[in-house]
Amino acid sequence: MSPASRETPLPAGTPAPDFTLPVTPDQRVSLSELRGRPVILAFYPADWSPVCGDQMALYNQILPEFAKAGAELLGISVDGVWCHRAFAEDRHLHFPLLADFEPKGEVARRYGVYREDEGTTERALFVIDGDGIIRWSYRSPVGVNPGADGILDALDKLAAGAHTSQEVST
Amino acid sequence: MSDALRIPVSPQDHVQGPVDAPITLVEYGDFQCPYCYRAHPVIQELQQRLGDRLRFVFRNFPLTEIHSHALHAAVAAESVGAQLGSDAYWRMHDMIYEHQQDSPTALSDHHLADYAAAVGADTTRVTRDLEDDAFVDRIQADFSGGVRSGVNGTPTFYINGTRYDGDWTDVETFAHDLAHHAHPATA
Repeated sequence: MSPASRETPLPAGTPAPDFTLPVTPDQRVSLSELRGRPVILAFYPADWSPVCGDQMALYNQILPEFAKAGAELLGISVDGVWCHRAFAEDRHLHFPLLADFEPKGEVARRYGVYREDEGTTERALFVIDGDGIIRWSYRSPVGVNPGADGILDALDKLAAGAHTSQEVST
Repeated sequence: MSDALRIPVSPQDHVQGPVDAPITLVEYGDFQCPYCYRAHPVIQELQQRLGDRLRFVFRNFPLTEIHSHALHAAVAAESVGAQLGSDAYWRMHDMIYEHQQDSPTALSDHHLADYAAAVGADTTRVTRDLEDDAFVDRIQADFSGGVRSGVNGTPTFYINGTRYDGDWTDVETFAHDLAHHAHPATA
């Protein structure tokens, strides 16, 4: 994979680039703080997409299943913290939305999921393991909500893998 | 992203139509979702047209954080079904969709009890089931199975186990696409 091919999401096996982004007007979150458990990064183009087919509303509803896998879900878009706050309040979202706002789309670029022409991120998913390695990535057509089956399958595999290596080491 | 229905239709499902119908249509729906409200008469029309060639299955996919009455509507329907059987479940199902847009409180517990009474159920029992959040495990199992199949919103349809992304708002298109599955090209 050439480092210039920015349209391709970083593939499985790649160390996940660390970042620190605002999550509220006075709080920031770093990926490295979450080491030790799986992290789901869900890049999405914009807050305020239509309600019933909305990806973030769906993930919000699936949080208990993500929690069962011990995974942390982070939503990321180029919207600012105040926009995220209004969106999260309106949709009763119970997980953090990160603002890849300044410099705009910087984190999305590093993950290979920035849409230059639109100035938004792609609709893309990453499952990162407890050691900070990307174990699964997926880019959806921007108008298509990718659902959560891919994420849950990746988390299952991660759990199965962790189990196997544990068995080997003991 | 997945196209396949991972949980096969079983006797646990809410089913209308013959078990050996050549076409099985599965809907993942939410009783408070306005798109499902739009889909409801379309499905009834399809059932009318296709008769015994169509088996229709409804599975719960309530987005409770954005639809505050969706879970209780599903519970009320389950309660009626548990009391009076499958036919009553479907009468309640239809009743809920028909009244969904009456007012912002059309699916409040009070109204749900009224609909249950109208289909002949014991409202004391329905009210108790609503208070107890009865049947939530079953509803949640529908939801989780849907998530695993890649359901990403409501309504999501599967025709004979394959996701349908065609235009379900148009009866002609939907009927045509369903009929296509009834007479698949044979090699």
